[in-house]
Amino acid sequence: MEEIISGFIQAFQLIVSLNPELLEVTALSLFISLSATAIAALIAIPLGGVIHFREFAGKRVLITIIQTLYSVPTVIIGLLVFLIISRSGPFGFLGLLFTPGGMIIGQTVLIMPIMIGLTITALSGIDRNIRDTLISLGATELQSIARIVQEAQFAILGAVILGFGRAISEVGVAMMIGGNIRGETRVLTTSIALETGMGNFGLSIALGIVLLAIALVVVLIMNLITSGALADSDKILGGPRA
Amino acid sequence: MKHPCRFFPIFVLFLLLIGGVIISGCTTTSPSQPVNQTEPKPKLLLATTTSLYDTGLLNYLEPKFEAKYNVDLLITSQGTGKAIELAKKGDADVLLVHSPSQELAFVNQGSGINRRTFAYNYFIIVGPPEDPAGIKGMSPEDAFKKILAQGKSGNSTVIFVSRGDGSGTHTAEQKIWTNAKFNYTQDIQKSGKWYVESGKGMGETLQVASEKGAYTLTDEGTFLAYAGKLNVVPVISEGSSLLNLYSAITVYNEKQPVERIAMANNFINFLISNETMTDIANYGKEKYGKGLFIPMTSGMPYGVTADFTTPATAIRP
Repeated sequence: MEEIISGFIQAFQLIVSLNPELLEVTALSLFISLSATAIAALIAIPLGGVIHFREFAGKRVLITIIQTLYSVPTVIIGLLVFLIISRSGPFGFLGLLFTPGGMIIGQTVLIMPIMIGLTITALSGIDRNIRDTLISLGATELQSIARIVQEAQFAILGAVILGFGRAISEVGVAMMIGGNIRGETRVLTTSIALETGMGNFGLSIALGIVLLAIALVVVLIMNLITSGALADSDKILGGPRA
Repeated sequence: MKHPCRFFPIFVLFLLLIGGVIISGCTTTSPSQPVNQTEPKPKLLLATTTSLYDTGLLNYLEPKFEAKYNVDLLITSQGTGKAIELAKKGDADVLLVHSPSQELAFVNQGSGINRRTFAYNYFIIVGPPEDPAGIKGMSPEDAFKKILAQGKSGNSTVIFVSRGDGSGTHTAEQKIWTNAKFNYTQDIQKSGKWYVESGKGMGETLQVASEKGAYTLTDEGTFLAYAGKLNVVPVISEGSSLLNLYSAITVYNEKQPVERIAMANNFINFLISNETMTDIANYGKEKYGKGLFIPMTSGMPYGVTADFTTPATAIRP
């Protein structure tokens, strides 16, 4: 019990004193996970759109596989990417093992299934009538896809936030690809694993609190700006809420 | 009516993400490299075990080595087995472990050169203060025999926690069982509830032993680092099979660049230099009252012959 209280106190001290090692580790965590989220979103949202809007044989099977991949253990993704970018692997010449770049690739792969799958779910939630209406009003396929994605953007934003959450909280990929190297690839989650293994529970809890605080800030910013902008764009467009 | 960009919120989101990436990326310049440096420092990747890394010795020696050779030493500690695997795959340049049998196999298959055993300390058997198995003062082999007998006979207060993870410590434990004339896989593993395999690092295994009031084999460094947090105490500290030898090996394979092999040799020579040996001897004295390691220069343990003075120069087996 005392470790939890000690954890809160240590978290406060570390943040207020701007502890340099904490700042370094936190900045690296953000850099890697935000990058992975951005790259994954750039690929996953259009891909999800294509899968949803096209009809093809095996579509249901593909969606089932994507949803099954939500459950893939992070260590397995870490291991698979490790085998590919290891010096003895097919892409070893890129020298990506034990670098933040390798970790970004690993986390991008990790969160792709969630982002694709939830994008599909988000788009499925939009009434089919809207699509038919758009087509009957003369929209091209691309125009109607764009409009429907816009309708679903809150749910898609949810997918992006969840992707970020999974990326910044995972240990398996960061540990296997990054190696928890001090000053190079040590991030918040691998630091927590290390400190816990060394018995420094108070410090581990403190780092956990810092991670959640960071995540809170990121999520708040994402929500505030997009809902604020949405309200503005409605006034501009002259929609029903204007 | 002209409609402005409908994707305004999504574009803002992407701008934010990219902005966050750039800002956090700029603040991650490594403190050891000055911003105006044009030539990136060569890197040397060292793979080691958790029990060695968690004592903090390597973090202590890292800046000294980096300053002397102007190199970026990267240390990853994920367990003995992982360290050896990384070395075999060519993902590590130098190996620092404490598992002589695995090291010799590694060197004999041509994957390692210039092995130097540079320091040692002792494993200890720790257990509950009341010593339910009554093994205090026995030899490690006799103690293990008694724990096995007691555990199998149904004395539920006698439990042994093993690392169970193929680490250097686990290998040392298996050696004691073998010395006591047991077949590890047949007689010990899965032989009853008395034998618990934690599959975890040393610190966590000590915590398991502490929670269960059980016996376990540990290196002294990790045990001292946990002082005051555990309910187990040293029960047996003497015995030749408790010797814990630390060695450094340069990794060799056909694809390994010669510069990395040479720098790994530099690290080994740095390790066995008189200055570093003195640092190793003193490490931990302030915090724990005694040094955590005994460098070979202080005298080799009885019955051990090791080469710790020949400079590492070979670049192939």
